[in-house]
Amino acid sequence: MTEPVQLFVTCLVNSLYPDVGKATVRLVEQAGFRAEFPLDQTCCGQPAYNGGFAKEAAAMARQTVDVLDETEGPIVVPSGSCAAMLTHHIPDLVKDDDSYVAAARRVANRTRELTQFLVEVGHKAAPVECDERVTYHASCHGLRWLQILEQPKSLLDEAGVTRVDLPGEDECCGFGGLFALKMPELSTAMMDTKIANIEASGADVVVGVDVSCLMHIGGGLRRRAGAIRTKHVAEVLAGESE
Amino acid sequence: MTSQLTFRGRIQEAFTAGVPVAIETATRSRYQRRLAAAAAFPEMEATRDRARDIRSEALRNLDAYLGQFVDVTTERGGVVFFAADAAEANEYITELANAENVRRVVKVKSMVTEEIRLNTALEHAGVEVVETDLGEFIVQLAGETPSHIISPVLHKNRYDVAELFAAELGVEYTDDPAELNDIARKHLRERFLNADMGISGVNFAVAEDGAIALVTNEGNGRLSTTAPRVHVAVMGMERIVPTRADLAVLLEVLARSATGQKLSVYSNIVSGPRRAHEPDGPDQLHVVIVDNGRSATLGSSVAEILLCIRCGACLDACPVYRHVGGHAYGSVYPGPIGKVVTPSLFGLEEWHDLPAASSLCGACQDACPVRIDIPRLLVDLREQTVGHASRSIRTGLAAYSRLATRPRLFRLATRAVALFGRLWSQDGWLRRLPFLLPAWTRRREVPAPATQTFNDWWRKRGA
Repeated sequence: MTEPVQLFVTCLVNSLYPDVGKATVRLVEQAGFRAEFPLDQTCCGQPAYNGGFAKEAAAMARQTVDVLDETEGPIVVPSGSCAAMLTHHIPDLVKDDDSYVAAARRVANRTRELTQFLVEVGHKAAPVECDERVTYHASCHGLRWLQILEQPKSLLDEAGVTRVDLPGEDECCGFGGLFALKMPELSTAMMDTKIANIEASGADVVVGVDVSCLMHIGGGLRRRAGAIRTKHVAEVLAGESE
Repeated sequence: MTSQLTFRGRIQEAFTAGVPVAIETATRSRYQRRLAAAAAFPEMEATRDRARDIRSEALRNLDAYLGQFVDVTTERGGVVFFAADAAEANEYITELANAENVRRVVKVKSMVTEEIRLNTALEHAGVEVVETDLGEFIVQLAGETPSHIISPVLHKNRYDVAELFAAELGVEYTDDPAELNDIARKHLRERFLNADMGISGVNFAVAEDGAIALVTNEGNGRLSTTAPRVHVAVMGMERIVPTRADLAVLLEVLARSATGQKLSVYSNIVSGPRRAHEPDGPDQLHVVIVDNGRSATLGSSVAEILLCIRCGACLDACPVYRHVGGHAYGSVYPGPIGKVVTPSLFGLEEWHDLPAASSLCGACQDACPVRIDIPRLLVDLREQTVGHASRSIRTGLAAYSRLATRPRLFRLATRAVALFGRLWSQDGWLRRLPFLLPAWTRRREVPAPATQTFNDWWRKRGA
């Protein structure tokens, strides 16, 4: 009987990038775990939390804790920022709600971002066919709240992917959730710097652990009609889908 | 301290005018220097922790430490004045200047005097004020305001300064930095010697022995506080540390965080006015302790911001600051720290858009020597001003939250969105959504929803 892993795929992956979720399933299975998916999961509440909508964020946080706390095993999230929401911000959001403090703490302790999980369990990335040069963009919340930086890079290297360094890899791309809509000029100015760095890296594909940042960077790259594309790290590591 | 435009308006203006390249170059290079300084100091992380503990202790017992500081200073012949607000501080200092027949003042760079607009008050009272920090001197000459806590003139390059000096000081044009430095030095030297009063800020005040620490790299702090017959030190109420040993810890992190130096070139410690047996120093020392909103901040949910030691590290680390520069913040306190300090000192209602101007990337907290959780404070301020969010964002989030707390409804709604995915363009992107999200689509395309949600895929897979 293999150990179960609970997938929390995030609302963006569910609706916009299900292939990232499917790739996550394959990776978790390759690592020797049984993937489970609690069907009642929705959104961790991060956009509301970052925007200052504490009441709405807390409601979504409680829903997320309810769904995950009744399951067993590690909770794996293919997103640094949603993982950080589960590990750091949800416990903070419900700290005055006695009925949720312990459950939020339990969920936080079980939660891992995908590449963090794979490295922790000693997974060796399988070689993948990839003749494109990739570069890694370190999304902020994974980087600064969970120290996700070397994990995805080492997995990509193990998989035999040609990886080039990204100048300013740890600088924000300018997404920032509602920030991207409230301050579009600033958000896209930051995106321009990120894209200039991506172009300077000589990569064909920019890889990250957060589809939200990739959606923003990808939307900007797409508008420029260049050839550079974005991919979630899981899609690269899991190879072609079945 | 009012701004006509919103932050968004000011950055649009800044982008139209063109943000000086110097800002990005200077912040990046100093950020690198700071990383190098930290790497070369194995105790850096432990020292940051100690510095945070010291600042926290100072704030926890602020009343007691301030009391101790006042007692020692008074005993040594200094005069302490508590100013509830900017007006009281300015009134005290201008009245003192009048009473002492002060006509010329030399000033050491100080954020709190910028905050209370002391120069304006003194000039109204007919006193000539000269800024003696090179950067502040340039800013004053240009009739501008500082754009950075540590480097007031970060927004100018040497050619700007060369033109300014030629126009304002009647010297021959030169853009050689050493020559420009020389011009400023000659000009200032005379001011130091003729000044009746020296005004400084206070980097830290030590409670146990009344020491006032002043950190500069130009030596102007020492001249300004010793040559004139009256020294006025203006300090933010929170600038206190308990002991001399604590001061040493803070100076170590301050220099490394501000400029990547092990120690600033001049760390002056002033202890009272000149005593009978001492050859020089001012006849009078006045310490003006400024509240101006700090007591209220101390009792608020963002009290942590008072740990700040004004090193400017968060400004250099901030991608927003790098892109817009300090003037876009519309306040004397720019950058990440300014987004909390400005609303908490000058009013959250008026400055509610500053906390919104962040992607919450966390680079500021990483850089902060006393580890202030600036992202958390920004979220806190956003919670307090959530009513300012646009109607579409408010109703959108409320609706999304209702859906996301009802899993079956959420599944139906996301499935409905997936239907739109099938009507999308072939390549999975749209240039624009009619009537929706122009803020997004002006410069970015929109990805198509998938034709099947992950949730539905999983259920079919299991079936």
